[in-house]
Amino acid sequence: MKYLPLLWAQLFRRKTRTVLTVLSVLVAFLLFGLLEAVQVAFESGADSADAKRLLTTARYSIIEPLPMAYASRIERVPGVVGIAYADWFGAKYQNESNAFAVFAVDPARYLDMYPEFQIDPAQREAFVKTRAGAVVGQRLMERYGWKVGQKLPLASEIHAKTDGSLDWEFDLVGVFDAEDPAVRANTEVVLINVAYFDEARAVGRGKTGWYIIRIAEADQARAVAADIDRIFLNSPDETKTAPEKEFALGFAKQIGDMGALVTRILIAVFFTILILTGNTMAQSIRERIPELAILKTLGFSNTAVTALVLGEAGLLFFIGAGLGMLAAVAVLPVVNGGTGGRFPPLFVDPATWLWAAGVAVVMALAVGLPPGLRVHRLRIVDALAGHR
Amino acid sequence: MTWLNQVVQITLVNLMNVPRRLGTSLVVVVGIAGVVGVLVSVLAMGEGFRHTLASTGRPTRVIMLRAGSDAEMSSGIARDQATVLGSLPGVARDGAGRPLVSAELFVMVDLPRHGQTDPNNVPVRGVQPAAFAIRDEVRIVEGRRFERGVREVIVGRKAAREFAGLGVGSRIAFRDSDWTVVGMFESGGDVHESEIWADAEVAMSAFRRSGFQSVTATLADPSQAGLDALKASIARDRRLSINALREPEYYAKQASILSRLIGVLGYSVATFMAIGATFGALNCMYSAIASRQTEIATLRAIGFGGAPVVVSVMIEALALALVGGALGGALAYIYCDGASLSTLNFNTFSQVAFDFRVTAGLLVQGLVCALLIGAAGGLLPAIRAARLPVTVALRTA
Repeated sequence: MKYLPLLWAQLFRRKTRTVLTVLSVLVAFLLFGLLEAVQVAFESGADSADAKRLLTTARYSIIEPLPMAYASRIERVPGVVGIAYADWFGAKYQNESNAFAVFAVDPARYLDMYPEFQIDPAQREAFVKTRAGAVVGQRLMERYGWKVGQKLPLASEIHAKTDGSLDWEFDLVGVFDAEDPAVRANTEVVLINVAYFDEARAVGRGKTGWYIIRIAEADQARAVAADIDRIFLNSPDETKTAPEKEFALGFAKQIGDMGALVTRILIAVFFTILILTGNTMAQSIRERIPELAILKTLGFSNTAVTALVLGEAGLLFFIGAGLGMLAAVAVLPVVNGGTGGRFPPLFVDPATWLWAAGVAVVMALAVGLPPGLRVHRLRIVDALAGHR
Repeated sequence: MTWLNQVVQITLVNLMNVPRRLGTSLVVVVGIAGVVGVLVSVLAMGEGFRHTLASTGRPTRVIMLRAGSDAEMSSGIARDQATVLGSLPGVARDGAGRPLVSAELFVMVDLPRHGQTDPNNVPVRGVQPAAFAIRDEVRIVEGRRFERGVREVIVGRKAAREFAGLGVGSRIAFRDSDWTVVGMFESGGDVHESEIWADAEVAMSAFRRSGFQSVTATLADPSQAGLDALKASIARDRRLSINALREPEYYAKQASILSRLIGVLGYSVATFMAIGATFGALNCMYSAIASRQTEIATLRAIGFGGAPVVVSVMIEALALALVGGALGGALAYIYCDGASLSTLNFNTFSQVAFDFRVTAGLLVQGLVCALLIGAAGGLLPAIRAARLPVTVALRTA
């Protein structure tokens, strides 16, 4: 620690150069923070998944409906402790398709299945009792300026009412929210009471989109899933049951390998930064060879001088990476505001900080080692005589 | 004239000096190549996706969906409505007098990518016999067409390339039944190549559907008047609540969300990288002029003006940027152009396969971006070089 002032002095020997280098490292890590946040958001469904929840969909495609009557049969499978179901409403709001998701659910079953959704008990009670009731996520409520107690007009792209109209109206009876940022993304949804919806729709009555199943023990997930699918094997509506996390990951994979794309971009970014800072560092050390020779003359060992060079590179990346990540934390709320909630909320995951630290160490070593080894080999006489 | 002469002279000296400062010069080149490479590749992905959808369909054809539905998946057209639509006077007829119309089922089936197990929403289109006459761009490249009334399918070339088990001769499991792949088709690289086609009637019974998703027809009169007449006859019929639009218009709409997303990703990443690279370029140009301080001061002392110095430094920065931009564009072209990808189109909720397209327009964009970075990185150092008093420069060098 006592060498910190020395490192600092070395670093700011040429202020402009160091500031510019730190700024480019900063930008690289800002980008790292932002892109990782995007990746985390894509996988947030998997992160917030509950190991004790399974999802059952139709075997050949998620768009095929399943009979609601399956609920009582699935409930009897040993290891199953709770069941809920949901159907895709396909909302069109203010002329925009799928501006947000709307699920038709059995209120009590669904809210019991997702205890992470917090709702006022009185509003929950109102949702259960109101046949045309709807509750909405806090973020949607704020975005559209809705108020509890108002009528909520929603058009469906899929479900017509018995009179042929696609325009539906629900009573907004409550609002729910979640604390965990990963779960908050899942609250961008409107839940409508299936009681009225199923009765009023022209086609598909008695069917639902998918089942959510709570099991007693997480380690029984595979066995219970297999048991459920076995019941409906060779029936007109075969099922496919998987742990929630697997389902979410599978869905993220549909988008293609988002992770691979982000990783490739980041490799390009860091390779560029590596070349950039590596050159600057080498140049800066080259200019200071006589000074370093004097340090050796004063009794600094070869290793100590190398350590000083490495420390300098480390400090450079420590400052750049730290500021970059802080900038990412500062910028993300602005980004979140800018997307208008069309995208899940982005945030810097604690794991991203660790990754950033790891990348910074590797980069500092890659940049600091070549000049560091060079000064390690440096002979005082040659250096002072100007032979390089 | 002398001014121009001075600029040329100094610039030549500068550029001939570049090899001696290879390290720092390379930093500018590599930094800018990185930015341009990433920008062009990401935009090439968006371009490829947009192109695939934009090249789908012909303006002479219309797709009819239930009013209020923006995509086939969420649309629904009853059988009797489809019959009415087919008999409308605005629909073209073939030599035998049969209407050129195909009422189609549009559903999805879960298929894994090659070498994976996770399911993907692969679109299945049930088509009526006229579909091949209407879409004359569809050509069977392997095997044969499916036969009517039989559980056979033909697969798009891109679907077969991305997803497992779609080779001609293989069997795929749909709801209730196994189907045989009897052929593979091409349709000019458009969106239908990501689909699986089957006979509409057989597919409807297998998927237990009673209605269609869309009706595609060739216009009898492809002009705007012809389309308006068709729309008017639909509007007059109280049994129909149908929206008819030209195919290109429909497919262009299906690209909206993903195109925007890719654009935002590409431009924002490139902007940040460009800022980082500008700092790098600044660093490099500062050290370039620092190493030539004596030389510049000497030139000024013997009568060269400040402006030629500024211009010459700028030219050097721009030249390096141009090399970097060209390198980045070339790398993007070599590695990305034609690379294939399949992703979930958020508009249709189904998989669409497409190829990266590095277009001339994108390369120009990349070069412009490179030059902007070069200009930003060169200006301040150039001004410093010209401003430094000759005496100070010579003394401190």
